Amino acid sequence: MTAPLVRHEIPGDAAWSARVRVGRALRLTARGPGANCSTLLFAAAHPVDRLNIADTLKAQMSARVHAPMVLMSDLGTALCSVTGSSLDWHDCISGHSLDAHVMAFGPSSYHTDRNGHRVSARAGLLSELHKHGRGPADLHGCVNFFSKVAVSGDGVLTFVPDHAHAQDWVELRAEQDLLVVLSTAPHPLDPHWTPAAVLAEVRPAPACGEDDPSWTFRPESARALRAAREVFA
Amino acid sequence: MTDMLTTALDVSVADGDGYAGVVPAGGRLRIVDVHGNQAVDTLLYDAADLDNRYSALDTIREQGAVYLTTGSRLLSVDLDPLATIVDDTCGRHDTLGGACAQESNVVRYGVHTRHQHACRETFLRHGARLGITARHLTHNINFFMNVPLTVDGSLTFEDGVSAPGKYVELRAERDIIVLISNCPQLNNPCNGWDPTPVRLLGWWAS
Repeated sequence: MTAPLVRHEIPGDAAWSARVRVGRALRLTARGPGANCSTLLFAAAHPVDRLNIADTLKAQMSARVHAPMVLMSDLGTALCSVTGSSLDWHDCISGHSLDAHVMAFGPSSYHTDRNGHRVSARAGLLSELHKHGRGPADLHGCVNFFSKVAVSGDGVLTFVPDHAHAQDWVELRAEQDLLVVLSTAPHPLDPHWTPAAVLAEVRPAPACGEDDPSWTFRPESARALRAAREVFA
Repeated sequence: MTDMLTTALDVSVADGDGYAGVVPAGGRLRIVDVHGNQAVDTLLYDAADLDNRYSALDTIREQGAVYLTTGSRLLSVDLDPLATIVDDTCGRHDTLGGACAQESNVVRYGVHTRHQHACRETFLRHGARLGITARHLTHNINFFMNVPLTVDGSLTFEDGVSAPGKYVELRAERDIIVLISNCPQLNNPCNGWDPTPVRLLGWWAS
């Protein structure tokens, strides 16, 4: 593997953001068991276009994120392709943690715990969004990379513990310039508070050809990838 | 309680049209699937704060189930109950399938659908007068729509579970804006291949 252009280790229960150019891939690697990465995606060059979980799922007939799916925007463009992952299930139907979830683990504040204090994914995501001139209206359905929430036949959710382990990974190839905003706070349904670090690496990636596994996955995936090529006429 | 309230709303919303209005706290809104198998795409907002909008994923997670029915509390991004489903003769409603848009129609069905009418346009047109813009749109409720999930993590669109005259009734838990698109989708069975009008009935103290 080529040397990364960007390499940053995000501690557990921290937030981070990065702009990733088209033609580059962001690889996230879990550094410990129970990792979670609540992730928002924006089309960097557009004022409002962003990840649309519902459209992504219904176009690809899935209720989870897995390779080689394409993550799609409100405007029907491919934001990124999931080019590979050691896991076949990344949750995207149960949202990110709020202060109410974090407080269930007991009181914590900067005053008492300094930089080890517990921070919800919401607080972290907003902190990063504000740096980019964005705010609460820009929150949208996230992908919880490394987490699994199973659904029974009658629609009941169950958090699946021990889904991810150290070295589990997922790779996202940017299909247009992206703003990626993420939090490594534990999943909101995780009964244990064991935040794990996540390594983020960005490398150049070969362009998506029409024989690419994401392009050939479904006709819908190909149409979104084509739309990404045509974002600027 | 209903007998202390007066009929404050009684409108028919044509297929392909929409509705935006305030339902005050304690008010009840009934959506009637007059002809059956009609998807009614619905968004809710805290009338005092558009950023405090309905959140499908928070609602799903906090109730521990993906489908909506009687007793479901429809939560905002800040986990405030915006409304509760207090009556439901249909039995099950979707909140993961999202709304159709001209662009997502192209993704799903091809470029020939680019100029067909779609829910997202209706949301934006009716929401505009109340200050709702594209940034405020989010994953909506699809009343009367059937989007089953399977245990292996797949998702499909199926013919509706609704029928003529079935209805769902909400009680507003604070002053809310209700934004509705009566779905014009012609390319899948969510409207039984033939979109039809729905009726909105509202009761609150006037």
